[in-house]
Amino acid sequence: DIDDVGHKYYLELELEDVLDKDRTVNCTAEVLYHLGSKSSAPDVQLTVQGELRSTEEADKEFYTRIRSLEKELVAENIPDSHGNVPPELEPIHLLAWAASGYLIWQNSTENTKFHLAQVKHVKQVKRSDEDLQFDYVVLLHEMVSQEVLPWEVTLLWHPQRGARVSQCQGPAPGDT
Amino acid sequence: MFKKMWALLVLIGAASVSAHLQDLSFDRQKVFRVIPQNDEQVEILNFLANIMEVDFWQPDSVTLVRPKMQVDFRVEAEKSFDVEDLLKESGMEYQVLIDNLQAAMDAQFDSKVRTASHSYENYNNWDTIAAWTADIAAQNPDLVSRSVIGETYEGRPMYLLKMGKSGQNKKTIFMDCGFHAREWISPAFCQWFVKEAVETYGKDTVMTTLLDKLDFYVLPVVNIDGYVYTWTNDRMWRKTRSKNAGTTCRGTDPNRNFNAGWCTLGASKSPCASTYCGSAPESEKETKALADFIRENLSTIKAYLTIHSYSQLLLFPYSYTYKLPSNYQELNSIASAASKQLASLYNTKYTYGPGAETIYPAAGGSDDWAYDQGVKYSFTFELRDTGRYGFLLPESQIKPTCEETLLAVKYIANYVLEHLY
Repeated sequence: DIDDVGHKYYLELELEDVLDKDRTVNCTAEVLYHLGSKSSAPDVQLTVQGELRSTEEADKEFYTRIRSLEKELVAENIPDSHGNVPPELEPIHLLAWAASGYLIWQNSTENTKFHLAQVKHVKQVKRSDEDLQFDYVVLLHEMVSQEVLPWEVTLLWHPQRGARVSQCQGPAPGDT
Repeated sequence: MFKKMWALLVLIGAASVSAHLQDLSFDRQKVFRVIPQNDEQVEILNFLANIMEVDFWQPDSVTLVRPKMQVDFRVEAEKSFDVEDLLKESGMEYQVLIDNLQAAMDAQFDSKVRTASHSYENYNNWDTIAAWTADIAAQNPDLVSRSVIGETYEGRPMYLLKMGKSGQNKKTIFMDCGFHAREWISPAFCQWFVKEAVETYGKDTVMTTLLDKLDFYVLPVVNIDGYVYTWTNDRMWRKTRSKNAGTTCRGTDPNRNFNAGWCTLGASKSPCASTYCGSAPESEKETKALADFIRENLSTIKAYLTIHSYSQLLLFPYSYTYKLPSNYQELNSIASAASKQLASLYNTKYTYGPGAETIYPAAGGSDDWAYDQGVKYSFTFELRDTGRYGFLLPESQIKPTCEETLLAVKYIANYVLEHLY
């Protein structure tokens, strides 16, 4: 507890690579939740102790594939009701996780626990620069309230520059 | 005894005059299974066969009935209540094999019309599950019988399967699935459990002992309306589908609707919220049916298991308070051992503990309610996974999830059997 500031947590984390279960990386983090914060995201400092594996080739493949699509990619319900994700949409699913990570960070308090429940809709938007742009509608499940609500988020991605959120919007009032 | 039989004769005699002996509909007709112990009880069956139409399924005729023989027979709908009373009074061991013959037949004949056939390794829609409950009972009459404990808000019958070798004064374990509509892996587990019971009885010593010594009540889907809704409209629906006064928002969270610290914490008073506790405890037809059944059978129910997803947790009371239950140490060691059993198969890690501190405080849960009713062993399972797929657990994970969970459930059942009270 830090008087007049908030609550600070010191964490030791083990990250598991979802695509390579035997691979783990240790991290340490400091998370500061601000006092009485309705609109302020927690401050996060993260140190990765070790290396994340290289995904250069897979990134390049994906980038080239999407750039060469004649029509913009559009997809819905990833995974579908039965938990299936078509292999060619798996990278789109993973980028949605990244985008959701940003949303979750921006909206977390000490009393929330969010997960990405499903990608409701994704639309690729062709750009004149080198970034790929995906406009997502993602459903976030919050464990304590049990609400599953839609969020709009635009993600930009580039093999070297990585992922960035350019826009996001929370659920419209009246959404259940 | 005989006074009752004469009274029955007069009653049935009067009814027979107007009864249609060649009924083409089998609606609400019951099939009973009895085991007459002695000549006196055999005589009662003879008496019944004399005063009304009794269709003997086994043996073929009443004249072949002997003491200690398993006897199955069908009676007309209107007669079934009197027959049941007579059997109860006589002290004869009996069970209702088929609760509604027409329904069982319809379910079987509908199998051609069914768009999807049942699979234990896929998610099945409600119609498929309903038909399966009839089939599995009809195919395994020695081990499974089906009954209806009530109706949902939208009028669907709530099927309950009773599993076990028939016997006298058996204690029971109650297990339900499908409280929350979107948790599809949950009903899948109840179906898997039933399958394992019928397939491994006589082959697996633990299962055989469990089914010989105990009965299991398995309610494959509690919140049927909600489950149907996740198939037709909204995969992420959680609650029931009842209408709420003064709003278009529908549904109550069935696991906040029990009378256990009802609506004091971790639940919402707003009908639009996902954790809406309802207008009153047991306001929902589904929760009332479940609670009524448990109350009615409290003398035999020794454990209560309720299956949810996701998070990989094994919880026990309390969730409506941070206070610990009186047999906390015992529940904790059972949970610990059961989690170990579960992990032994695929290394799936479960966290266990009292609900309030392990997941979050939440009042109105069925596990807390059952516990406070006197069911000493009350557990909530939150099955796979921990958030990667969440509610949308891939079908390829149904089998491993069910296999590992079964180990934990068998462990708990076995413990209960060895610590009956």
